[in-house]
Amino acid sequence: MAFAAFATTEAQPQAPKRKSRIALFLLLPGILYMVLFFLTPLISLILTSLQAPNEFGDIGVYDYAFNWQNYVTVVQEYWPHILRSFGYALVATVLALAFSYPLAYFIGVKARRWPLLQSIMLVLVIAPFFISFLLRTLAWKQLLSDESLIITSLKALSLMAPDAHFTGTPAAVIFGLTYNFIPFMTLPLYTTLERLDMRYLEAGSDLYANPFAVFRKVTIPLSMPGIVAGTLLTFIPAAGDYVNASRDFLGGPDTQMMGNVIEANFLVLLNYPAAAALSIILMAAILVLVGIYVRRSGTEDLL
Amino acid sequence: MSVSVREFAERGADLELVGIQKRFPGFTAIEELDLTIPAGSFFALLGPSGCGKTTTLRLVAGLEEPTRGRILIGGTDVTETKAHQRPVNTVFQSYALFPHMSIIENVAFGLKRRRIGDAEARAHEALRLVELDHLAQRRPAQLSGGQQQRVALARAIVNRPALLLLDEPLGALDLKLRRQMQLELKTIQEEVGLTFLHVTHDQEEAMTMADTVAVMNKGAIEQMGAPAQLYELPRTVFVANFLGQSNLFTGMVSGATDTAIAVDVQGTSIVVPTARAARHQGQVTVGVRPEKVALHREAPADSSSRNLLGPGHVIDVSFSGVSTQYIVSVTGIGTVTVFAQNVGIGPIASEGDEVWISWDVEHGFGLDDDPADAVKFPADDDTHSIAVQRREALVAELEEG
Repeated sequence: MAFAAFATTEAQPQAPKRKSRIALFLLLPGILYMVLFFLTPLISLILTSLQAPNEFGDIGVYDYAFNWQNYVTVVQEYWPHILRSFGYALVATVLALAFSYPLAYFIGVKARRWPLLQSIMLVLVIAPFFISFLLRTLAWKQLLSDESLIITSLKALSLMAPDAHFTGTPAAVIFGLTYNFIPFMTLPLYTTLERLDMRYLEAGSDLYANPFAVFRKVTIPLSMPGIVAGTLLTFIPAAGDYVNASRDFLGGPDTQMMGNVIEANFLVLLNYPAAAALSIILMAAILVLVGIYVRRSGTEDLL
Repeated sequence: MSVSVREFAERGADLELVGIQKRFPGFTAIEELDLTIPAGSFFALLGPSGCGKTTTLRLVAGLEEPTRGRILIGGTDVTETKAHQRPVNTVFQSYALFPHMSIIENVAFGLKRRRIGDAEARAHEALRLVELDHLAQRRPAQLSGGQQQRVALARAIVNRPALLLLDEPLGALDLKLRRQMQLELKTIQEEVGLTFLHVTHDQEEAMTMADTVAVMNKGAIEQMGAPAQLYELPRTVFVANFLGQSNLFTGMVSGATDTAIAVDVQGTSIVVPTARAARHQGQVTVGVRPEKVALHREAPADSSSRNLLGPGHVIDVSFSGVSTQYIVSVTGIGTVTVFAQNVGIGPIASEGDEVWISWDVEHGFGLDDDPADAVKFPADDDTHSIAVQRREALVAELEEG
């Protein structure tokens, strides 16, 4: 599983110091790939973000320039979307963690004695991936629409006001984000918890720690690599997500996230510099937030 | 004496196991166990792997629940008490030092959970006792096996438990460190006066450290007593072979006086003092320790105070510096192992030599086992049989090459 490598914190074996042409040769496809599909688009994006409108005023045509004011403009115009993106992503990450930790703990620790149960539960966690992300989100839109059984029942029980909606609200967007990213949270948590050495927990209870103290002082710190990997794998894509918050899916006019404004600027308004500047801001903000987070959680080895 | 986990134990506490049984799905680890360990003693449970000794320890620590029976510490029934509420600490076989905490945090962990003041200072004191205070800020992974073991020990004793459990704590150490730690453990026990329950498969470790050794086999205690008593007067074949080596002979009792019985072993009479024999009639197994047996190049004169076997042939000589081990094949009786101190220069007999062997009647012992299963079997993990296996493997390897 790809996450296993991500979750590893043990000291890596020392790399051979000798320069090796073979190693370089073997790295070549990877380097080429990164240059072609990461570095080039990134540079292109940075250049685009600094472009100025064409002097003849043609729509969608821009000239290369050093128009850094683009950044100021987009921040002034879109700061609510920027804050909303990180706010929604944060809430969704916390919810996904709260939901996934017990689940991963059960699969990785409690179900160790029954490998079949473990495998079945893991397959169930991964199973949603067999259906397109878009289809699943659309399905939720139907399930949570005003005419759906769930919402009409809630209204009949007076748990929701008769004129209230669920789709189009921030709650619906956060629900969608949480739902869609739960597997990304569960799998890295599972890989760490699955290797959790129960002898440490026994040592904790032998040293007068009650079950809650053992969980807080031993289990949580030992599963930190999984928590960090899971929250990053959830938070980063959630912050840039534009499907859940889109009006076509679970969102509404008041729930637009950065992804949605980037999409609108690129595809509808044809304001490429603004879209590019927003993308760069998103990327930089995530890098900074993640850097602080990883440093604070004491798992620098992950970076 | 009350056993609150909020305060330090004033002194060691008694441990009582009453009618303990432990079954796991598929097998029974402990069939029926009654055991009393008096306060302040150093008690060793000795046995081969899988004999139930570690399970016993885990039951006392509260990490397993007994299927049946009761556990009392200092007179208080703790059978239903959770591990974290028992006044007991364990030095785990794997040490189980928390890898995410520094050494000092590991040692202070128990004190902080019990909200005992001055946790850091006390932890430093415990680390000084094991001479590792200078490494207090390191992580366990940065320490050697021996150092980790000492940290595990400090982490347990800093809590002043009424009862300290040691699960093969010296298993991973090399000989020199082992000796050092054995000495340290013994010193700590004398200074602090805790009750120690030590579980090990190493007979030498058990004998050098414990006041009382209980030899455990297949989930039950075979024999219990002071180390010297166990060694000099084993009661079962298992004890005779697991605790050191023994030469065992099975035969019918052919005569008895007030002070001794004579056993007929394939025509040879072996005399054992009545007081040192558990059975006095019928078929019995008697034995003698190899170092008590003397080797003679010429037939010695008959003496009523010595048992004499021979002539036989030396089939193996292994020289180990301080002593030489001879294996002598005596017709009709089988092989007899002799340890002879190297008082002269080199071995006194070589392979194929004709020899006689004798030992003082007072040194023999008679076993309590049913003669039916009184066959001479070496325990798989007994040093001698390992040596024999190694030797055979070496010979095979040499022949192939």
